[in-house]
Amino acid sequence: MSLSTHTTQDLLDQLQSGQLTSTELVTTCLDRIDAHDERIGAFLHFEREPALQQAAEIDRRRQAGGTLGALAGLPVAIKDNICANGTRTTCASRMLENFVPPYDAHIIERLRQADAVLLGRTNLDEFAMGSSCENSAFQQTRNPWDTERTPGGSSGGSAAAVAAGMTPLSIGSDTGGSIRQPAAFCGVVGMKPTYGRVSRYGLVAFASSLDQIGPFANDVTGVSRLLEVLAGHDERDSTSIDRRVPAYSQNLDQPLDGLRIGIAKEHFVEGLHPEVEQAVRSAVDVYRSLGAEIKEVTLPHSKYCVAVYYIVAPSEASSNLARYDGVHYGFRAEKFDNMIDMYSATRGEGFGDEVKRRIMLGTYALSAGYYDAYYLKALKVRRLIRQDFDRAFEEVDVIASPVTPTPAFKIGELIDDPLAMYLTDIYTISANLAGLPGVSLPCGFSSEGLPIGLQLQAAPFEEERLLRAARMYERETDWHTRRPAMNSNSAS
Amino acid sequence: MKVTTVVGLEVHVQLHTRTKIFCGCVNRFNPDAPNTQTCPVCLGLPGALPVMNQEAFRLSLVTAMALNCELARFTKWDRKQYYYPDLPKAYQISQYDLPFSHDGWLDVSSEDGETRHIRINRAHLEEDAGKNTHDESGRGGDSQVDLNRCGTPLLEIVSEPDLRSAAEAKAYLEELHLLLTYLGVSDCNMQEGSLRCDANVNLHIEQNNGETIATPIVEIKNLNSFRGVEAAITYEADRQQEEYSKTGRKLGDPGVEKETRGWNAERNVTFAQRGKEEASDYRYFPDPDLMPVTVSDEQLAEVRGSLCEFPAARRDRFEAEYGLSKYDASVVINQGEKFADYFESVAKGCGDGKQAVNWVTQNVLRELNERSVTVADFPIPADVLAALLQRIVNGDLTVKSGREVFDELLSDHDKGMPPSIERISAIIDEKGLAMLADTGELDSLIDATIADHAKAVEDIRNGKLQAAGPIIGKVMKQLKGADPQTVRERIIERIQQNS
Ligand SMILES: [Zn+2]
Repeated sequence: MSLSTHTTQDLLDQLQSGQLTSTELVTTCLDRIDAHDERIGAFLHFEREPALQQAAEIDRRRQAGGTLGALAGLPVAIKDNICANGTRTTCASRMLENFVPPYDAHIIERLRQADAVLLGRTNLDEFAMGSSCENSAFQQTRNPWDTERTPGGSSGGSAAAVAAGMTPLSIGSDTGGSIRQPAAFCGVVGMKPTYGRVSRYGLVAFASSLDQIGPFANDVTGVSRLLEVLAGHDERDSTSIDRRVPAYSQNLDQPLDGLRIGIAKEHFVEGLHPEVEQAVRSAVDVYRSLGAEIKEVTLPHSKYCVAVYYIVAPSEASSNLARYDGVHYGFRAEKFDNMIDMYSATRGEGFGDEVKRRIMLGTYALSAGYYDAYYLKALKVRRLIRQDFDRAFEEVDVIASPVTPTPAFKIGELIDDPLAMYLTDIYTISANLAGLPGVSLPCGFSSEGLPIGLQLQAAPFEEERLLRAARMYERETDWHTRRPAMNSNSAS
Repeated sequence: MKVTTVVGLEVHVQLHTRTKIFCGCVNRFNPDAPNTQTCPVCLGLPGALPVMNQEAFRLSLVTAMALNCELARFTKWDRKQYYYPDLPKAYQISQYDLPFSHDGWLDVSSEDGETRHIRINRAHLEEDAGKNTHDESGRGGDSQVDLNRCGTPLLEIVSEPDLRSAAEAKAYLEELHLLLTYLGVSDCNMQEGSLRCDANVNLHIEQNNGETIATPIVEIKNLNSFRGVEAAITYEADRQQEEYSKTGRKLGDPGVEKETRGWNAERNVTFAQRGKEEASDYRYFPDPDLMPVTVSDEQLAEVRGSLCEFPAARRDRFEAEYGLSKYDASVVINQGEKFADYFESVAKGCGDGKQAVNWVTQNVLRELNERSVTVADFPIPADVLAALLQRIVNGDLTVKSGREVFDELLSDHDKGMPPSIERISAIIDEKGLAMLADTGELDSLIDATIADHAKAVEDIRNGKLQAAGPIIGKVMKQLKGADPQTVRERIIERIQQNS
């Protein structure tokens, strides 16, 4: 069997009807990883045996007539910054290279209860800081559509694994676009839920007020199925919201009557690649042809998004990453003279350049004398950004925009220009600052054959509407059915 | 040259909750099994998140109300960031600019008997850190970290610099300790570190020209006994005076900063500390993992309704209701809530507050000290003591005989017999301690004895009342249970009647 011709729903149907066993499916995935991952580098580590044992156990229960969880033996790959009891969780950092958490993240518990098979751990930029997987301390993930190019980041491993047919589903985390941007670069569907929709318990924190866990799949249905498992209240996360979780996949194929699509002029400005603009505008035309009302909205503060983000996120990161000091767990430098020296040597050697850059930015922004001018002001502007969206969502149901200014860039192209790299998040950051749900779905290809993503954003907790709107477009197009040519002999 | 010691105290109180402040770990002093009361949250493991313990917040509200504080309707959590091995997240969750309470006060009796009104600047809630232990052998062994204490709810109560002597600081701490014990919010065990305190100390020195200068402020860290607080401040005041006379350095001089000193209880000195706070910037910012807390009217009303009678109010009431002196009321109240309850039961039962206070502050307290027990374990229940005292109050028993019964009840207990009201009657009968109801017997005995002591009778008639001594002795010898005072009065009366 081949994953490339099957959707998540096909696989689920076959698993549930007994046409396909979890063992067969997991074996296919593992073989695919064996065949291609040396070239793609999506997985940081995985173990065949535990995955196969889990699959066999699920198959046994199915044969015995037992009821199965919602994922019924589907494999799911996990970004390596989410804790699973007894599984190394490295955050692609030397600092946590050998860290084995003694507990499960909330979403890992949910996945286990849903009878997902935990397939392996995917690559990311160190501590989820980056947009290209170039900041991983261990390996470079390559874009399955063009291995000269990055898969995006920070959840590049999870996006590439789905695109390369190594797994039907994967999990990422999104702090400033870390799910949506790699989804766009790799031609898959990726979603960041509303802040508070999915528990962060067990997600290694980068920027606590922005981080959110979300799903990747080849299509909107797959993403909806996985979100149904992930979403829901968790008492261990004080920012998790106690609100009913709709059955997202249930009415997915019902088009929304009177859908109002917003277009913000701030999203179509200098720096936007003409082919990306063309693809997004064509997508809007598809909605128009489906009877949706297209309205112009304005997001006047969106020009401050990148500036606000690069104060808030590094500030929180500087605090969240302070615990990696070599005292209690993780990496400790070998040579040091005293306690203070141990701290500096450990952190100096354990963190990569980008992580250090952000820790320094954040430490500076929170310092006495600078706090008001930077952090406090950033929080105020953040509120204004949220208000822009509140106002816009009085007029429209979803806002359509590009996900990224350009298709996937080349490995090494931006690595020495952090500011240019930061600007690649320009369209995705606002959803994190405002706490909104956002989804990225394939909407075309560049002349070089690289996938282009369409971003849809909705008001908080409007995932159901957002996914239905996404599915309306997906039904009319076949971009999501295209797969990269996975010739294992092709040059890397 | 008038020198005044000026002191402000920062008191840290561990709240007595079942679980820690941000996780489900048990909150219990347990240094013998290090790192056993921990979980991913209090260990600061990657990905773990804090959840506020409602009970810790409620106990904080109780305390702040008792300290007459203003309670904020909106409060939040902030991260106080610094590196230290006992702080696994490298930040402490605390409260910075919006503490849950502020601007309260506590009245304290000073040495001169005056009431001093000590203002409280603020009380805020935070998490305690773990504990580092260092190899003190000098052989350079590894330091060790125990995180059992990490995440214990800690209430920080900051006074204004309103205390004017070491003794007053001690009195403030004792009154606070008493209040916290009454409220039941903390076990206040100072040996175990449930109540610890930092003292900010400086001197106001009046110059010959009438101006007053202030010496640089010194913070003495980690005082954990009442005696330590008094001794450290006394030492520090002397040291600052000497230092000032040598250097003339004063508060506000260029280069003068707040100094942190430690207290060496063995050598009785404060010593300069290269504190972690020196030149450090805590980079406080709101903790994004915790929601701000809003406090409703209902919540405040619920807490207010649950409050017990505070010690100060009870002291006043005991004076008014039972006619106690200020001094006696303080002695009773300062022994703690259970002791005051015991007194109150005895006073109510025997109907005489003064009689009750004499007995509980003398006989009972002495026995408690000798037996090294608290009033909860005192062998004579309050109703039994009340029954005994009632006989004295009614004039059925002399105070002296009452003491005999009291001692007998205790020795009963020591022999395994529980003291009871019935036993009181039995003891009185066995020992023939009952006061003679019929004065006829007493009078005939007195008359017979007087007849044998003509010389003494003569002296008494002449106003030498002390001559009655031998007659009293004789009568008492034959008449057990008689009250010597009554016998004495009766003798004098008979002699004077017959003259
Ligand atoms: Zn714990």
